[in-house]
Amino acid sequence: MNKLYGRDILRFFVLILVQVLVLDHINLYGFANPGLYIYFILLLPFEIPGFLLLLLAFLIGFGVDSFSNSIGLHTFATVLIAYLRPWVIRLAGPPAEYEGNLKPGIADMGFRWFFAYSMVLVVAHQLVLYTFESLRLAEIGIILLKTITGSILTLALIIVVEYLFMRKR
Amino acid sequence: MRHIFAFIWKHNFFFLFLVLEVVSLIFIANRSFYHRSVLSNVTDRFTGGVFTTWSGVTSYFSLKQENIRLANENARLQRILTKSEITSDTASFIVADTLYNQQYHYTVAKVIGNSTSRRDNYIMLNKGRKHGIQPDMAVISPDGVVGTVVSVSENFSWAMSMLNKHSRISARLGRINQMGTVVWDGGNPSVGTLQDIPAHVKVLPGDTITSSGFSYIFPEGIMVGTVEEIYIEEGAHFYTIYFRFSADMNSLRNVYLIKNLFREEQTELSKNVIDE
Repeated sequence: MNKLYGRDILRFFVLILVQVLVLDHINLYGFANPGLYIYFILLLPFEIPGFLLLLLAFLIGFGVDSFSNSIGLHTFATVLIAYLRPWVIRLAGPPAEYEGNLKPGIADMGFRWFFAYSMVLVVAHQLVLYTFESLRLAEIGIILLKTITGSILTLALIIVVEYLFMRKR
Repeated sequence: MRHIFAFIWKHNFFFLFLVLEVVSLIFIANRSFYHRSVLSNVTDRFTGGVFTTWSGVTSYFSLKQENIRLANENARLQRILTKSEITSDTASFIVADTLYNQQYHYTVAKVIGNSTSRRDNYIMLNKGRKHGIQPDMAVISPDGVVGTVVSVSENFSWAMSMLNKHSRISARLGRINQMGTVVWDGGNPSVGTLQDIPAHVKVLPGDTITSSGFSYIFPEGIMVGTVEEIYIEEGAHFYTIYFRFSADMNSLRNVYLIKNLFREEQTELSKNVIDE
């Protein structure tokens, strides 16, 4: 359990840095920008206590916010999907209890499970993020376009990273 | 009372969620509150440190491009120096030095953090209060206008780039001398919008847009961009003009921070006019 959290902490810092130093400069066609850092929330162990899940979401959102001077924005969106996560897991079908020590990833849960689970949370995150970022009804077209393109890019990146770092069990 | 605590404890996941979201919303709604807090000094120092290290590595990759940009700027400045012009008229006049007071003071800074993908983009610069940087100083790159300084810490400062929904820059459409306002509608980071140009004038693609100097922040005549597409709605009184920024906002390295030495006097004067 403790070893598991060790890797999560490392992932926390690496993902913030990758997000703010590299991915924030990606801007395909002026719209698509990946928000890979929520991969951290997706991969947290199933049995993580609720309060810890929310606090970690708050911290990673705050981290990304401090680097782009957008205090509160990413924090809000990330805490929201952390709150949705247990519900989405229940919906996608939680892991069988007796198997134990499973992690929410392709290796343990299969591609279809992981894809559906990630898609719901990624789309929710992007939609909330761009809505609160703009807060203008007139920009609803751009908000939706950014949500769709950003979600596709984020999901594609998550799947690539997931396969790159997949470990043999 | 015990029941209330028991209730909150039972639903601690929901209540913690609520508290954290309210805190985030307070941050979103009241950014200046956060910037005055001690916390922002800590985060600025930390992010500044990370950005400095990172830009120290990446700046080597763009050295060639940056050199060309600076050389081009030098050539442009040499051209407008008085000594590169030939006086063609025979009348002579004396330049009295007191007429030429310094109005703008320039400081060089490096961009260490920048984004173009958000709706509100900010740029972190490696100069701060210690170097005499203040809010409302102009930021320009060798290619043109970039943004305005909005908050300053000891060693670093955040500038609001033109790619921000709060950015409004007073500009002039070159050939016809019409005043307008430069904003950014989101989306493409190389295309901005020029508003408030009246429908009775003729605007052409390729017209240049420069700073007007009316905001007391930017000196007059700094390049902003060139007109690309012109639209007008049926019955509207103003054009919507899309233009290309002359500065490439995604590859900023060296910028100048400009302080208007007469800004206080000018704002004081205009305040008097509004009060009347």
